[in-house]
Amino acid sequence: MTAILLQELTKRFGTLTAVNSVSLEVNEGEIYGFLGPNGSGKSTVIKLLCGLLEPTSGTAWIAGKNVRQDPEAIREQIGYMSQRFSLYEDLTVEENLHFFGSIYGLSGRLLQNRSREVMQLLDLSGRGRQLAGTLSGGLKQRLALAGAILHQPRIMFLDEPTAGIDPVARRELWDLFFHFSSQGITLFVTTHYMDEAERCTSVGYIYLSQLIATGEPEGLKKLPEVNPSGTRRLEINCHPITQALRILRTAPYVRDATIFGQAIHLLADASASESDIERDLQIQGVTSILVRPIEPSLEDVFVLLTRRQEAARV
Amino acid sequence: MFRGIFSVLYKETIQIRRDPFTLFLILALPLFQLLMFGYAINTNVRNIRTAVYNLDHRRASREIIDAFTNTEYFQIVRWAQSDQELNDLIVAGEVKIGIKIPADYTDNLLKWGRATVLVLIDGSDSSIASQAVAVSNSVGLSQSLRRLLEQHPVPEPALAVEVRPKMLFNPDMRSANFMVPGLIAIILQIITTFLTAFSIVRERERGTLEQLLVTPVRPAGLMLGKLAPYCVIAFLETCGVLVVMRWIFDVPIQGNLLLLLAVAVLFLLTALGIGLLISTRAQNQVQAMQMAYFVILPSILLSGFVFPRESMPAVMQWVGYLIPASYFIEVMRGIVLRGAGWLELWENIAALALMGFLFLTVSALRFRKTLG
Ligand SMILES: Nc1ncnc2c1ncn2[C@@H]1O[C@H](COP(=O)(O)OP(=O)(O)OP(=O)(O)O)[C@@H](O)[C@H]1O
Ligand SMILES: [Mg+2]
Repeated sequence: MTAILLQELTKRFGTLTAVNSVSLEVNEGEIYGFLGPNGSGKSTVIKLLCGLLEPTSGTAWIAGKNVRQDPEAIREQIGYMSQRFSLYEDLTVEENLHFFGSIYGLSGRLLQNRSREVMQLLDLSGRGRQLAGTLSGGLKQRLALAGAILHQPRIMFLDEPTAGIDPVARRELWDLFFHFSSQGITLFVTTHYMDEAERCTSVGYIYLSQLIATGEPEGLKKLPEVNPSGTRRLEINCHPITQALRILRTAPYVRDATIFGQAIHLLADASASESDIERDLQIQGVTSILVRPIEPSLEDVFVLLTRRQEAARV
Repeated sequence: MFRGIFSVLYKETIQIRRDPFTLFLILALPLFQLLMFGYAINTNVRNIRTAVYNLDHRRASREIIDAFTNTEYFQIVRWAQSDQELNDLIVAGEVKIGIKIPADYTDNLLKWGRATVLVLIDGSDSSIASQAVAVSNSVGLSQSLRRLLEQHPVPEPALAVEVRPKMLFNPDMRSANFMVPGLIAIILQIITTFLTAFSIVRERERGTLEQLLVTPVRPAGLMLGKLAPYCVIAFLETCGVLVVMRWIFDVPIQGNLLLLLAVAVLFLLTALGIGLLISTRAQNQVQAMQMAYFVILPSILLSGFVFPRESMPAVMQWVGYLIPASYFIEVMRGIVLRGAGWLELWENIAALALMGFLFLTVSALRFRKTLG
């Protein structure tokens, strides 16, 4: 079942095209990771899908309903967590939840039970009486998520839910996302973290307001554009790493070389062997060399696709 | 159509309660303003500071000085000893009026039956100057008449034609009676317009509006839920300023208080509607503030609050018809000062009702559930 479907969705602000003819499809129960540099149009896409902005052209279907024709019918089905904390800072945690719950038609016992349930789920129990404005960043994010899940939506739009959150809390949030997903809830999540992207069912990469890749992470890594025929990917650990990078970039068999953490990722001609590379580096005084073949990472995929896109523009 | 109204109303009430200082300001500020402006705006001229340079000192000169002070318009605060000093006192702003009685005043009166008194008037404040001219002329006239009658006694001293103006309303011609009802209208307009405009624009600024808009809340429910608490506050405010008007400025309400309150509610709705209309446009509080001023300035200048609308150019009069405050000020003065009722005022009331309905409807229609 398709939960979210975009067809050539476009949004212009005056002369600026923030979203340029984006088409994609997300199945029910999937976690769709939406990536792209700052200002590429991620938040705008989410706002279009939540009915906060009207598309300039193209359209989208949420849970089978057209966002242009039937925006109100969609509201009950979706939960939205905006990039910036947007619950009431001068209300307590409980008051915020009660307020949003009551707007969705929850009341009395049902509302009480549901907010207690959600507070437990998000580890907010005991914070009920605290003003939302005095919560720490991580707790604010959880409260925002609580507000978005309260009315049991089928589809959730989460705009950078893990921005500015410590690694442990980030992992806990993702555990929750998988929990939601296992209940059949569809999640549309934007992020800048590659490790999060790797965990998604599908990912999309938007660059300069155009979607340049979408699909399962494994599928994207196998794209022919990412693995040009006659090339192979290698990872090199060595010392000193910057000198090695300089050497490799001038080597005739190297197509691309970038530093990745403590190692160099290399896209080289298929003819280049591990021993060739090792020898070339050793001559120049690089030590403790370890070369091994690797799969492309999602980051490799996005970097490559971005370069191709850039090259195509000029 | 009104989905979410009670949730929003409840939330708004909590937020207002949680910020008692703002609530205090909202309630107290207009009262302070009313007190301040009510005392400051006083077009009645009394006890104008006056200096006298008397070169004569005989009985007749003292009589004319008494005649001036008896009018209560002039209060003698200085006695000058030279022309130069009299002049300097006015230039320095110590006094507004200088009266010079020449040395030959009594002589001239006795010998020729005519004498001159010089009255110097500081013309920089036009309302004081014009009254000073009128009053000193009438002092001169009554003094002349008295002397004339002393010399040529008539059996029944009476003027051939006497004009006797009689004030029907506001018999003491107190400017408070005239100004305060209008002032109340202006103050209510200012606080309600600002309050409502800000209450929505603030949510837009903080991003909470975005979260609200993705919920199934209906525009009308959202707006009315937000308005209701401010409507109550503004109504309490109205009662407060009426109390100040009645017991502090001592302006009695001649007409029906209930009618007055009912029309006040209508007026508040139009002001709330204007605030809402602003909030559908303004992206932040600064813009909202500017737009509110754009509405409030004409309400002060063209509504008849300060300047009578009859004396304005036709265009300005027409603009005045588009301002709710014009009608409300008319109604306030009618009920408070003249004891007018529904029959005399229904046109103004109808105009207010129409405008309130129009503003609220237009803003509800304009308020679409999108951001951009
Ligand atoms: N209301 C608006 N009016 C005009 N321009 C806008 C508006 N909203 C967004 N934009 C522009 O649209 C572009 C895309 O913005 P968007 O917020 O969607 O980016 P993003 O991918 O979410 O970036 P980030 O990672 O920084 O959150 C930006 O250039 C932004 O300046
Ligand atoms: Mg964004």
